[in-house]
Amino acid sequence: MKNVTSRLTIRDRRAFVSGAFFLTVAVFFYAVALGYAPGTAARMGPGYFPRLLSIALAAIGLFVMAGAMRPSAELQRLRAWDLKGLLWVTGSVMLFAFLLYPLGFVISLFVLIMVSSKASPDFTWKGALANAAVLIVLCVGVFVYGLGLKFPVWPTLFN
Amino acid sequence: MDFFHNLAIGFSTAFQLTNLVYAFIGCLLGTLIGVLPGLGPLATIAMLLPITYALTPEAALIMLAGIYYGAQYGGSTTAIVVNLPGESSSVVTTIDGYQMAKQGRAGVALATAAIGSFFAGTVATLAVAALAQPLAATALLFGPKEFFSLMILGLVVASVLSSGPFIEGIGMVVLGMLLSLIGTDINSGTQRFAFGIPQLFDGIDFVPLAMGIFGFAEIVRNLEPHGDISLVTQKIRNLFPTREDFRRMMPAIFRGTALGTILGVLPGGGAVLSSFASYTLEKKLSKHPEQFGKGAIEGVAGPESANNAGAQTSFIPLLTLGIPSNVVMALMVGAMTIHNIQPGPQVMTKNPTLFWGLIVSMWIGNLMLVILNLPLVGLWVKLLSIPYRYLFPAIMVFCSIGVFSINNGTFEVYEAALFCIFGYMLMKLDLPAAPLLLGLVLGPAIEENFRRAMVLSRGDGTVFLTSPLSGGLLAIAAIAVVLITLPAIRSKREEALKE
Repeated sequence: MKNVTSRLTIRDRRAFVSGAFFLTVAVFFYAVALGYAPGTAARMGPGYFPRLLSIALAAIGLFVMAGAMRPSAELQRLRAWDLKGLLWVTGSVMLFAFLLYPLGFVISLFVLIMVSSKASPDFTWKGALANAAVLIVLCVGVFVYGLGLKFPVWPTLFN
Repeated sequence: MDFFHNLAIGFSTAFQLTNLVYAFIGCLLGTLIGVLPGLGPLATIAMLLPITYALTPEAALIMLAGIYYGAQYGGSTTAIVVNLPGESSSVVTTIDGYQMAKQGRAGVALATAAIGSFFAGTVATLAVAALAQPLAATALLFGPKEFFSLMILGLVVASVLSSGPFIEGIGMVVLGMLLSLIGTDINSGTQRFAFGIPQLFDGIDFVPLAMGIFGFAEIVRNLEPHGDISLVTQKIRNLFPTREDFRRMMPAIFRGTALGTILGVLPGGGAVLSSFASYTLEKKLSKHPEQFGKGAIEGVAGPESANNAGAQTSFIPLLTLGIPSNVVMALMVGAMTIHNIQPGPQVMTKNPTLFWGLIVSMWIGNLMLVILNLPLVGLWVKLLSIPYRYLFPAIMVFCSIGVFSINNGTFEVYEAALFCIFGYMLMKLDLPAAPLLLGLVLGPAIEENFRRAMVLSRGDGTVFLTSPLSGGLLAIAAIAVVLITLPAIRSKREEALKE
């Protein structure tokens, strides 16, 4: 009895989740690809190659998942995510994109720098503000005036 | 002689004052950013891409090549001084380089890396010049099935070289190819996987993906609490290797150069494979293998020469066949398309000044790096003492601006932010990102050649195996797969790729 249960345990959780991830993506792409004409091997339609790739990825996913359950598989857990860091970093980039057109380059850069700085465990207001000042001057000088990239520098509301 | 005539064209282009200036700026900026921990050549090039938009194609490519070598060189500096490899090809340099630094010989280690890289760069430049024409001529013999098989070989080798299990590397390649399907099917004009979002009709851009994974996600990982970075802070003096040092490093430099020059040409090969192979070789050949890992100068000289030679000759498949052999070359394809250059055998005939100018400027770039780096090494090391809490917002700013300026639009910035989450997930699952990126870049060409070959064979898939050239390429790929699954080699590889 013990043998049976141990054979079915997921020993390598990292590999198992990786395989499941491959499988999920494969199923998704396959399902969408069903909407495109497959054609024949000699005259492939837009759906032929996506189906082929999805099947390959699904097979790889199943293989990896099976490997994670082998009795000889390495015991591995999933690693914890630093959700806070991820949120500050991703969020600051999204805010930059969101604010760029209404509020302009200078203000959105300021938001990007201040919000992303929060991700650091050593955050200080003074340090972040000083860093923002230096970087904004540098970026406006180099990218707007030096290289002539087309950024709206100030808020468009006032124009 | 054609060879000298071509080099002459190259010299006259590369030595134009503006091009010299751009090569210099490229090397300088590349080193500056490459020195920073966690930023390898890929992120550096992606970040600095917008600077080259306004330049002529010649100047842009020369500058990008300079950035590439500069970033790689900067990575070696970080590897030696702080024990942090900037990219995977300088992983082995940390082993003995950092030990040398701890013994107060950081200067000698840096000088060794510089001398080795310069020598290797010179030889590799000549190799590129000599090999380019015959290889481009071979490319004309290639039909769709041969191109298909060659790209499959490249992807297999790239997966073999990635960290983690081989099968997961292949999974990432296929995943990348699936992502490359997003956009318009060129044969039928059908929108695939675009879900009505107009910005997706042209497909997923390589740069936001690379930035999301190698820029933003890397930052999230670096911010996680972990062991302190041990900085060698003592002043770096004594750059000059002793006569004994020279005696020991010269043979290693020669062997590393030869190895790197050859391995760099392989699709999927390049700098990483070369430096690992060279380290193993030096350790095998050494009379004092026990000194390796404790500051053996051969362990710095060999791999540093090999990775520089490999980095340079990895341009060969791109320039002659139009196939990027690694992720950095994939980014170069992106840069070339921005300037309306289609990489491939026709570049040489259509654009000889660009082609030969680029090759010669590779050598000039290497020369500049030696001059730039040895006296300024103290400055680069000082850069490392900037606290990370000031550094990473700056990196994020440059990445965001770089991504924005691809199309002057915010869509790519959002894309990069989403790929940050995706990249972080890949890191947590230990799934390698390099095969994914190569799959994304090569995907469209693979599908195109696959479909064309199948049309020509009237739907008979066996042509890939029965035609000699295509079958041969696939056989090499199969051998690589078999070798990697052999237990003895598998453990060796795991040992070598362990970071």
